[in-house]
Amino acid sequence: MPVIQVHQLSKHFGALKAVNQLSFNVNEGEVFGFLGQNGSGKSTTIRMLLSLIHPTSGHIELFGKPLQSHRTQILEEIGAIIERPDLYPYLTAQEHLQLFAKLRSKKIGKEDIHNTLQKVGLLDRSKDKVQTFSLGMKQRLGIAIALVHNPSLIILDEPTNGLDPQGITDIRTLIQQLAKEEGKTVLVSSHLLSEIEQMATQIMIIHKGEKVAEGPIQKLLDPNKMIVHIKTTNDAHAVQVILSGSFSNYLMQRTDGIYLSIPTYEIPLLNQSLVNAGVGLIGLESRNALEDYFLQVTSNSN
Amino acid sequence: MKAIISIELYKIFRRPRTYIAFGAIAALIMVIQLGLKMDGQSYAGFLMKDINDTLTVDGKVLNGYLICYILLQLLLVHVPLLVALIAADMISGEANLGTLRLLFTTPYSRTQWVLGKFIAASIYTIVLLIWLAFLALFVSMWIFGTDDLFLMKSNYVVLIQEQDVLWRYVGAFVFASFSLLTVTSLGFLMSSLANNSIGPIVGTMSAIVFFTILSTLNIPLFSVIKPYLFTTHMNNWKEFFDIKVNENNEAVFGTILNMAKIKTSLIVLTLHIILFVTASVFITKRKDILS
Repeated sequence: MPVIQVHQLSKHFGALKAVNQLSFNVNEGEVFGFLGQNGSGKSTTIRMLLSLIHPTSGHIELFGKPLQSHRTQILEEIGAIIERPDLYPYLTAQEHLQLFAKLRSKKIGKEDIHNTLQKVGLLDRSKDKVQTFSLGMKQRLGIAIALVHNPSLIILDEPTNGLDPQGITDIRTLIQQLAKEEGKTVLVSSHLLSEIEQMATQIMIIHKGEKVAEGPIQKLLDPNKMIVHIKTTNDAHAVQVILSGSFSNYLMQRTDGIYLSIPTYEIPLLNQSLVNAGVGLIGLESRNALEDYFLQVTSNSN
Repeated sequence: MKAIISIELYKIFRRPRTYIAFGAIAALIMVIQLGLKMDGQSYAGFLMKDINDTLTVDGKVLNGYLICYILLQLLLVHVPLLVALIAADMISGEANLGTLRLLFTTPYSRTQWVLGKFIAASIYTIVLLIWLAFLALFVSMWIFGTDDLFLMKSNYVVLIQEQDVLWRYVGAFVFASFSLLTVTSLGFLMSSLANNSIGPIVGTMSAIVFFTILSTLNIPLFSVIKPYLFTTHMNNWKEFFDIKVNENNEAVFGTILNMAKIKTSLIVLTLHIILFVTASVFITKRKDILS
């Protein structure tokens, strides 16, 4: 059963269509990666899911119930962080969890608070005021607030913002654990596409408020098609060769080099053509990654 | 709702800013009390200079009751500004900090949040008023003692027996709580309109100053709107200290000269509170939380 069902959701700010006719489902136990460039409408969508923003049109159902009529009941089962970890600087980490625990109908004891702080690695700083915390620690506390009441749906908007590499790995592991071991449904948005690639089971990419791709990562990333990054001594000459040959349809030039989205079997031929034309080839690297797919679909829809 | 009120009160009393008002009131009262203790007789002499030729006053004129009256006259004009510091920050401060998003994603409606926050801010206001009452009345009674209350009005004097004073102060403080709650609700309304703290605080203070000027100006054009302005009614706690007189012009124990005026003022203030809070709920419910 889908935990999140979004149908034809739109939010317009005057003439600006921040989100336009967006539909998607998130199933139980999934880690759903929500991707999009800055200003693509990710946060607006997440805010509508959390009823922070009123949709212009469309319909949202969570746990099979319409959000509009069952808001309180639905929010009882959701834990969320939205963009930045905004907290009260004059309160300690422990006080934050105690206060937010009070707002839940479930009984949340000292042990639950202790365990949650341990889970996010803040136990040794639990008595310190938030004003002494780094951005990464605030982010961990934000995640702790989202988890303290043991929700079944977790919505995390840019949860790895401000975290160091170790922190990013910890949060990634935590999200994977929450889904695999505790059966939680997680909707996570991030600008770190490699992170999403490593933890999400499903992804959706939105661009200018509209969905441009959705599905399991394995299906979206075509194993027969690769992204090739070419470094040469003379890029202009290389581009000329590519355009004059049979590779012109595959070209996606970028400022930091030449990129082609090309079937795997064509790569040796491309290499040979460039060498034959006398292009000074420094490197030819092929990969099949989410970042490239993301750039491909968002540039296609421009 | 109980949970909202308790966490809002917890947050209010954990913030250093909260204690500015308590400190400011204590400092002001102590300075005035100290000044009157040191040189009170000259002050009393100055007060009574116009009637010294026609009246002989026995007893302790400068007693705790009179000191409290003087303090209230001075402070009840300024306390609203201190109340605005907290009330006008209740919603906008959270919007500015970004924590409003956290609160509004908890399983409570926005109406519950606004009402819970208003009740918490009202409790703060009442506690501040109790603090003011304790320092202005009880500490003054302790330092200066008690006697009959002798008040100089614009064209007459009022003499209230010692046993007839204390309940009037209780009435005056209850009335003052309505005045200050009106300011709290106005601060709240301002707070619901903005996403930063400074604007609503300055806005509330400016509104109080603006309407106070309108209320005190004796221009016929403004006379039409004066009865509807909350600032016209905020200082009517003084009516508790106007007493009825009999045919011999003697004060009648336990009476208030113009009870109808007090009732009207309480109704006007209550209507303002309801209007401001309802508007705050309406605005907050419709608001998109973007910040």
